[in-house]
Amino acid sequence: MALSRLSSSAPGSNLLKPLTSAPSLRRSFSAAADDSTPITIETSLPFTSHVCDVPSRTVETSPKELMKFFRDMALMRRMEIAADSLYKSKLIRGFCHLYDGQEAVAIGMEAAITKKDCIITAYRDHCTFLGRGGTLLQVFSELMGRQGGCSKGKGGSMHFYKKDSGFYGGHGIVGAQVPLGCGLAFAQKYSKDETVTFALYGDGAANQGQLFEALNISALWDLPAILVCENNHYGMGTAEWRAAKSPAYYKRGDYVPGLKVDGMDVFAVKQACKFAKEHALKNGPIILEMDTYRYHGHSMSDPGSTYRTRDEISGVRQERDPIERIRKLIFAHDIATEKELKDIEKEMRKEVDEAIAQAKESPMPDPSELFTNVYVKGYGVESYGPDRKEVRAVLP
Amino acid sequence: MATVFGATSAAISVSSNSRKLHLPSRRSLPGRRAGFLVVRSDAGANPNAGPRRAGQLITNAVATKADAAAPSAPSKPGHELLLFEALREGLEEEMARDPTVCVMGEDVGHYGGSYKVTKGLADKYGDLRVLDTPIAENSFTGMGIGAAMTGLRPIIEGMNMGFLLLAFNQISNNCGMLHYTSGGQFKIPVVIRGPGGVGRQLGAEHSQRLESYFQSIPGIQMVACSTPYNAKGLMKAAIRSDNPVILFEHVLLYNLKERIPDEEYVCSLEEAEMVRPGEHVTILTYSRMRYHVMQAAKTLVNKGYDPEVIDIRSLKPFDLHTIGNSVKKTHRVLIVEECMRTGGIGASLTAAITENFHDYLDAPIVCLSSQDVPTPYAATLEEVTVVQPAQIVTAVEELCQ
Repeated sequence: MALSRLSSSAPGSNLLKPLTSAPSLRRSFSAAADDSTPITIETSLPFTSHVCDVPSRTVETSPKELMKFFRDMALMRRMEIAADSLYKSKLIRGFCHLYDGQEAVAIGMEAAITKKDCIITAYRDHCTFLGRGGTLLQVFSELMGRQGGCSKGKGGSMHFYKKDSGFYGGHGIVGAQVPLGCGLAFAQKYSKDETVTFALYGDGAANQGQLFEALNISALWDLPAILVCENNHYGMGTAEWRAAKSPAYYKRGDYVPGLKVDGMDVFAVKQACKFAKEHALKNGPIILEMDTYRYHGHSMSDPGSTYRTRDEISGVRQERDPIERIRKLIFAHDIATEKELKDIEKEMRKEVDEAIAQAKESPMPDPSELFTNVYVKGYGVESYGPDRKEVRAVLP
Repeated sequence: MATVFGATSAAISVSSNSRKLHLPSRRSLPGRRAGFLVVRSDAGANPNAGPRRAGQLITNAVATKADAAAPSAPSKPGHELLLFEALREGLEEEMARDPTVCVMGEDVGHYGGSYKVTKGLADKYGDLRVLDTPIAENSFTGMGIGAAMTGLRPIIEGMNMGFLLLAFNQISNNCGMLHYTSGGQFKIPVVIRGPGGVGRQLGAEHSQRLESYFQSIPGIQMVACSTPYNAKGLMKAAIRSDNPVILFEHVLLYNLKERIPDEEYVCSLEEAEMVRPGEHVTILTYSRMRYHVMQAAKTLVNKGYDPEVIDIRSLKPFDLHTIGNSVKKTHRVLIVEECMRTGGIGASLTAAITENFHDYLDAPIVCLSSQDVPTPYAATLEEVTVVQPAQIVTAVEELCQ
């Protein structure tokens, strides 16, 4: 099994090494980034299913994809850590929910779908936004409340949206995005788009009633909705066993099929999402439970250590970290050297720092922006003064 | 203009295109009537009457068209229908016009709607456009909003407005605020509609007036219909609007009959309707209270007062232009509403008028609202909860002293 190899160069029987290798077993990074030779890997754990078939554990990938995953996940990790220090230096205020540790879910999902499929999630949305095509500059500007942000500085950390690539946010109220997501799926069915919606929620939100209401309606109307529970085992400070009588979230759909996936393994996520998309287009809703973990606390105001031990956190970091897993795979298949990967990480760090510097240059929104976008201009929504001569507020 | 009288007082029939000066005959009714007396009128398009004759006793308190056929009158005779049919007509026309319009709610499809507003639509448009939902207001309101984010135009029906309290989070946060928090990326062109208001002994939970709870939500528009004419017009306008609109209907007004034009027409969402021009006092009202006011207006006219009655229609934003012009003319304001006293539409309207037109007021604004109590079941108590025409008459008399 490829994952059992820890050393970077292993002479000897590696059936998965390309047969036509150059004299040096190591390839340069730039070559690897374009190489689409298929590599077959198995996911770390088998899938567990409820009322449906299990997808295969064998996944096909390529050096190109591996390098892309590494690069993207390293970028996300760096972005979240930079957001952490920005928050501590009071440039980001309010709530800031960080996603580091869970990157595999965002990346794996993106790899399985197109930009026409919709994703909607809750407030831990920075990396999902990035995965959907958002830029670092938009992320940091929005976090700092600047004009250049994706929501013009008016949304904040919990309200990232990108309409043109099907990212519907970004929602602050726990669980409220799931009915919205089922509504997106309804619209897709209505327009006969052959696309699906992934509605992400957490293990805390899994106990919301509106989730089951929406699931019932989605199953009744056969909507292409995929409900993804990002189970990081803690709903803020409450562990899942203290909040849910039945923490098997993938089984909670009852008549709706479910799949439990190792959320720290990007290939498992990719495979599950592909499977789910095919299923949802034919048979209606399906639940995916991603077993994942967040290193930070619930948000920046939560240290994250009062309800779990530091040993637990560092244990997960050592054994299940998604980036480490990719790194080991890359070494095992001799796709890049350690130095090359470190260079990539440095490059990502530089990109993030540049984006932050650029975001700091972006101005704060103009005071007139307070009244823009409250209403859409249409059918005469203009608020006039009493004599109808002066327009007191034109709401564009 | 349709005129309907509450069953607590005499019912009078009027033919509106007559200019005879006759005192309307009063017939006493045996006990309380369960329904409404239906009045035919020819008024269709513009409720603004012709020039008033100052000083002359106006016995017919209903605003009439000065001379029957004005040049702008519709050439076709118009057709008569009930308010719920007018809503259905508006809905049907918009669904035919725009394929992205769909309706979702409890029992709107096969059952035909609990107030028959969507009757026949499911057979015509199918299950995907007229959707029967389970009893899950929170989630189907959320689903409607999610669908609207992609470009569909759902109409979400609450079987009773009070049930939409369960969807308050979706309406407030997602419906009202998404356009703003996404920096303008998403628009939410939903229409949320349903009957509210105090009915006939429906009990406290089914007699709620939610306009007071929703009025602070930024980003939504609220309108209240009161006649078949404006019901159809507002329904069409609400569907065509790109903003989320909450359309408040009233349980007791569904069976109003009126003749409306055959041609297509749309009302403006932000404009108030001048029901009866006058000189002495401005009475602002909406929804069912319009009819109590008109009934009181007849009494007032007989006593020599000339009230100006405006149906504000647009509850958010207020049409301060029409209201302001009226205040400048009459200098006295009476607000008659069905909302609660505390934090209701009348309270906001009082504040808005005081802020903007204080210099024009000769007397403090009087606001008649429902009592701050849950609506009781007993008929006599329920009657006292809501503003009655006699109270309106007394208030005007006091105001005009």
